[in-house]
Amino acid sequence: MTFLLLFYEFFKAGLFAIGGGLATLPFLYEMAERYTWFNEKMLSDMIAISESTPGPIGINMATYAGYNAGFSIAGVPGGIFGAAVATVGLVAPSIIVILIVAQFLKRFQESRIVKDVFYTLRPAVTGLIACACFTTMRGSLFFPEALATFTGPESLLSLFSLPAIALFIVLLIGILKLKKVHPVVFIAVAAVVGIVLQF
Amino acid sequence: MEEKVKMWDLFLTFARIGGLTFGGGYAMLPMLQKEVVETKKWATEEELLDYYAVGQCTPGVIAVNVATFIGQKTRGVLGGIIATFGVVAPSFVIILILASLINHFAEYKIVAHALAGIRVSVAALIVSAIVKLWKKGVRDLVGILIFAAVVLLSLVLNVSPIIIVIVAMLFGILYGRLAGREGKR
Repeated sequence: MTFLLLFYEFFKAGLFAIGGGLATLPFLYEMAERYTWFNEKMLSDMIAISESTPGPIGINMATYAGYNAGFSIAGVPGGIFGAAVATVGLVAPSIIVILIVAQFLKRFQESRIVKDVFYTLRPAVTGLIACACFTTMRGSLFFPEALATFTGPESLLSLFSLPAIALFIVLLIGILKLKKVHPVVFIAVAAVVGIVLQF
Repeated sequence: MEEKVKMWDLFLTFARIGGLTFGGGYAMLPMLQKEVVETKKWATEEELLDYYAVGQCTPGVIAVNVATFIGQKTRGVLGGIIATFGVVAPSFVIILILASLINHFAEYKIVAHALAGIRVSVAALIVSAIVKLWKKGVRDLVGILIFAAVVLLSLVLNVSPIIIVIVAMLFGILYGRLAGREGKR
């Protein structure tokens, strides 16, 4: 039953994640909230792995998420099965849609409705990914648990992880300025800093 | 008469493309141009760019969409499915191996520190992706307002992304009908 649910959830994500790669992210965060298959931290790890290995990011995320979900149900065999179920689930809607669209490719490309839809859908998807990004940042740059002991302005600094924020700013400038450098380099740098500074 | 493209050739070619492109999406375009257009001649340059454009406007991962297109063009529906499995296969295997490793090693302190650092870089990578998406997709006040509304709905009111996607699409059609009459945008 759980595997059926896994397929259904990833099928849904595959159907509504329009615009490639990171568009799957908001759906994965929603799954992390609703199910015990994987959590937000695992999602961040998954993104790092996806950026450092070949293949489309969305697929990698489905495989990894499916593995963790299946693993939590039935160990390693469950993990492999879960990975297959989630990956096929994610890919199935796009196969179906493409096979249909391929029949009338030209008309689809020139269609007014498609242009109209994307005029508003692009900013919406950007907004959804921004929200997913906020969740990632909350887990890595701040200490949400410190809010519980928050007493006033003098303990404000205890909410932020200053070394992490400094690293974040340096990396972001690096990524935006050094476009030729592969993302895996920045990930490796961050891993080393994390070890040295005991994040 | 052209010779029929072999199924295993379709699978292996797309497996090679899937296994050698890091980052997916646009990183895959040069590989596809070389393998599919120049070497195998399964599609022309223009067709490939068409597939890319449409692949962006249909659900799912662009690389998969392009693979399905080319597979179905050469060998019909089954070809589309075979090419798709080909492009997915290498990363599937790699991720399976990494997933089982990472779950084993995540308990070690040094790995935990490294992962905590990596999460910071992931946040930075997503922000840079958002900057790119913003430049491409948010072009005027309407776009900014939609972006703001989505952030509000999703972050504060916890509205499901599916509902947001559907509403954004419907709004686009409606807005196009109302605003488009006065001329082109």
